[in-house]
Amino acid sequence: MHVPERAAADSAARELAAFLESRREQIAQRWADAPLFRTVFTVSRDEAVEACKAVVDALSEVASSGRLESVGAPGFGPVREQLGHMAASRSRSGFTPGQIADEAAGLRAVAVELLHGEAQGPPEREAPDVLLALTVLMGTLRLVLMETAVSAGEELIARQQLQLLEVATPVISLWDGIIGVPLIGTLDSARSQVVMESLLQAIVEQRARYAILDITGVPTVDSLVAQHLMKTVAAARLMGAECIVSGIRPAIAQTIVHLGIDLSSVLTRSSLADALAYALARQGIEVFRRADGASPR
Amino acid sequence: MTPASEPATVTSLPIGSDADLAWVRHQVRQFAAELGFGLVQQTKIVTAASELARNTLVHGGGGQAQIHPLHHGPARGLRLLFTDTGPGIRDVELAMTDGYTTGGGLGLGLSGAKRLVDELSVETEPGQGTVVTVVAWVTRAPAVRPGLG
Ligand SMILES: Nc1ncnc2c1ncn2[C@@H]1O[C@H](COP(=O)(O)OP(=O)(O)OP(=O)(O)O)[C@@H](O)[C@H]1O
Ligand SMILES: [Mg+2]
Repeated sequence: MHVPERAAADSAARELAAFLESRREQIAQRWADAPLFRTVFTVSRDEAVEACKAVVDALSEVASSGRLESVGAPGFGPVREQLGHMAASRSRSGFTPGQIADEAAGLRAVAVELLHGEAQGPPEREAPDVLLALTVLMGTLRLVLMETAVSAGEELIARQQLQLLEVATPVISLWDGIIGVPLIGTLDSARSQVVMESLLQAIVEQRARYAILDITGVPTVDSLVAQHLMKTVAAARLMGAECIVSGIRPAIAQTIVHLGIDLSSVLTRSSLADALAYALARQGIEVFRRADGASPR
Repeated sequence: MTPASEPATVTSLPIGSDADLAWVRHQVRQFAAELGFGLVQQTKIVTAASELARNTLVHGGGGQAQIHPLHHGPARGLRLLFTDTGPGIRDVELAMTDGYTTGGGLGLGLSGAKRLVDELSVETEPGQGTVVTVVAWVTRAPAVRPGLG
């Protein structure tokens, strides 16, 4: 970049800063009606206007520092949290980062319109430069918002994973004193910790003597999963409950043997029904079909 | 080994978290199924991959997995590479022993994985990192070998 060009760019940035400062109120009033602000700051219109003013202030700060293209400009600092809140709120309403960025692009038109109004009378020579500076700055704001939207999305995913952890480990009561945990999906360390906790709690709450861990829905049993299972069984035993692992499919049984895992300390049954029959029998309960074949009344 | 008769594409996957391990298992299963591995074989190779990828993550500090589909004439197979730039393994023979662990595991990952595939080799240099390579071939019509379990 030539030196004169740089000087021109700097003066355009300064002029833009001055424009944003002087038109702060008008811009804020009009942005407050844009969906990006209106739907996020719902307490009152004043709340939305204040939020808009904070963004205008940040933009004029960035403009006066001359770092129009810098996503990391310190001027954005004071509103980063607010922008993150806005992005998170929009993404919770089902908007993608791209759609949120489009909403931010909509804010530019308002500012451009006001800038054009400024240039009434004899067209000023610098006006196109200021317009360019404004366009660049609004593009940068869009990127900042997009950045926060993406991290808000990541947060959402992490939260959903956590929810899934808890939802996917129900402890069901099968019979008086017999509980069952159908395990489905990957049994990583975080997941097996949740399983262990909810199982032990259920043992206490339901005074369970038998706990059936059904692994029909676990696709892979490697040494770590096996270790988790053995620890869970040992912990349940300490609580006075006997664990039965059911649902070991033939392919998994062969693989466990080749891996060299010794599950002989763990009571296993091939199906949940077998495990339940075992637990019932141990309680002195026998299940059989009535000789006359009639269904009970 | 003879050169592959078909230029097969290589898939590289990062290993940096538990979620990555789940994705590696998923991808390996997908490739194995497409190449015609039976259910038991699929389960074996996926389990071996799970062990080795976890070693890459836990002992190697993260790295990557590579999946190479193999086409040798009518034969179909998979070569998997697990690469890290971690501390390396000082004594490979010891590490391959059943029950040997430096990290409170069962010590069955490496030795067990070897029994689940056709070939397993370890290239490692203390301080430089580790590459574990495994190869498994699709077995046609599971042969009944008398006298063997
Ligand atoms: N990629 C690696 N980098 C460095 N050391 C490794 C690597 N892979 C294995 N090792 C070493 O070899 C040992 C044996 O590995 P192995 O997978 O058999 O057992 P483990 O990981 O300790 O326990 P687990 O049975 O849970 O897998 C490990 O404890 C570790 O010291
Ligand atoms: Mg291991």
